[in-house]
Amino acid sequence: MGILNTQIKNKLKSVLDNLPNDVILKVFTQEIECPTCRENTSLMQEIAEVSDKIKLEVLNFIINKEEAEKLKIDKIPATAVVGEKDYGIRFYGVPAGYEFNSFISALKLVGTKNSGLKTSTIEQLKGITKLVNIKVFVTLTCPYCPMAVELAHKFAFESDYITSEMINAQEFPHLANKYGVYAVPKVVINEKVSFEGAVPEDIFLTYITEATK
Amino acid sequence: MNSKVYELIILGCGPAGITAAIYAARKKMDFIIISKDIGGQTIYSSEVENYTGYQVITGAELVFKFKEHLDMFDVELHMPEEVKKVSKQDDIIKVETDKDIYFSKTLIIATGRIPRSLGVPNEEKFKGRGLTYCATCDAPLFRDKVVAVIGGGNSALDAAIQLTKYAKKIFLIDIASNLKADPVMVKKAFDSGIVDYIKNSKVVEIIGSNFVEGIKILNLENKKETILELQGIFVEIGSFASSQFIDIVEKTKDGEIIVDCANRTSKEGIFAAGDVTNVFAKQIIIACGEGAKAALSAYEYISKKF
Ligand SMILES: Cc1cc2nc3c(=O)[nH]c(=O)nc-3n(C[C@H](O)[C@H](O)[C@H](O)COP(=O)(O)OP(=O)(O)OC[C@H]3O[C@@H](n4cnc5c(N)ncnc54)[C@H](O)[C@@H]3O)c2cc1C
Repeated sequence: MGILNTQIKNKLKSVLDNLPNDVILKVFTQEIECPTCRENTSLMQEIAEVSDKIKLEVLNFIINKEEAEKLKIDKIPATAVVGEKDYGIRFYGVPAGYEFNSFISALKLVGTKNSGLKTSTIEQLKGITKLVNIKVFVTLTCPYCPMAVELAHKFAFESDYITSEMINAQEFPHLANKYGVYAVPKVVINEKVSFEGAVPEDIFLTYITEATK
Repeated sequence: MNSKVYELIILGCGPAGITAAIYAARKKMDFIIISKDIGGQTIYSSEVENYTGYQVITGAELVFKFKEHLDMFDVELHMPEEVKKVSKQDDIIKVETDKDIYFSKTLIIATGRIPRSLGVPNEEKFKGRGLTYCATCDAPLFRDKVVAVIGGGNSALDAAIQLTKYAKKIFLIDIASNLKADPVMVKKAFDSGIVDYIKNSKVVEIIGSNFVEGIKILNLENKKETILELQGIFVEIGSFASSQFIDIVEKTKDGEIIVDCANRTSKEGIFAAGDVTNVFAKQIIIACGEGAKAALSAYEYISKKF
């Protein structure tokens, strides 16, 4: 029995088949010491099987260490959603539950190469010339976490300086602890600025700007 | 200050406000929306199963669809901005917010309802630091922790049930002397064996330096105070109509703005729609319908009056 049912697969197929560009999923896994790696890999395999537009590369976190380092992957399960280039879009943990939505949105984002962000936002993002890392802590039962994740990924897509990570707080409790995650979505930018809640584009952008100061 | 006089200002960007905006845009009215956030309460609803056309959709997705629809029009959205005061002089309505002052010929109040907060001193400080208002979102973060759920209705029991999957112990703290929630839910929560019901009690203080470390509760019967050591507080004590910023329209004793069948309030030119009003049943589809009516009603009023 797979993770996705036929109805979801059919719906997904119609979305993914229509993507103008291929999307590569670089999935990092390991058999031991990673209780959810297997589930993550299976989910990615099922998604990739749905459409030719999705290319899957399953990599071993230890054996393929160089590739992991190149993509700055430091924990597993990890999935990098890559297009003609690496936009810095990452999912740490299984993007199940509500995060399935943000995962599919990331595929659409990279596959259509259209973030749908406001022109003014894109202009402002172009002005950023410092590295920015956005961590979005989520739980899979949080209905408005995907909004924060999707927005962060869109910022990463538009700017070569921004990388964005969805992190499932349940799968990485030590990180949740470190960053004091007691409410989600919790966004941490460059270890410096943090806020809770799904905020609109403009506000998120102000936090990014603040973090680059 | 913006001395321009708009034809319409919509307060609130939940289902009622968004729908009113779509109708106003289609009538080519000169208007703006002022809101604290987008989506309102709908975003907190994990699964909506009663919005026609969708068998099941998450609140977040539905809001996203509403927003997409709204974005088809060039609508000026002032957000996040909080309305502080509404007044009216002659035929002009004045809206004061935490950022600016605006003037308009008509107003639609669609500010919905706001979850009730505990009302204890340092509440603001502990938000997101152990104090939370979204059980479905944050319950998984309290694995093996001791938590309190404040409330005794269905939403409190719903929170407690979700928490039974994660928490080590749950104190259910209720101001009333018996639970108002459905018996099925009560049974489900108590069957877990980790729920401790504390009735007739009210939270008077949150204790902690950086994060929640405990709460002080007051027993309303014997006036005794007790301190409970815990790491999480889930507040589920209902909601109230967000209408405190206006006192020139008639309201019910619970603060709901009284409207007639065309969404007119007691003050000419001021309309209201959705959960902030005394309309029967607080539901998304109803709020949308009411928002549509309010916009058409405001449009008709403007066409006749000015
Ligand atoms: C947990 C939960 C689950 C629910 N599930 C369902 C369901 O399954 N089906 C269903 O039909 N309904 C459901 N509801 C009810 C539904 O969400 C509401 O009926 C609906 O959202 C009301 O819409 P509204 O636009 O009137 O108000 P709201 O949704 O409350 O929107 C009000 C808007 O006004 C803004 N606002 C408030 N005060 C101010 C101010 N002073 N200044 C500026 N802006 C302000 C808010 O930020 C918000 O944007 C649920 C509600 C909750 C809380």
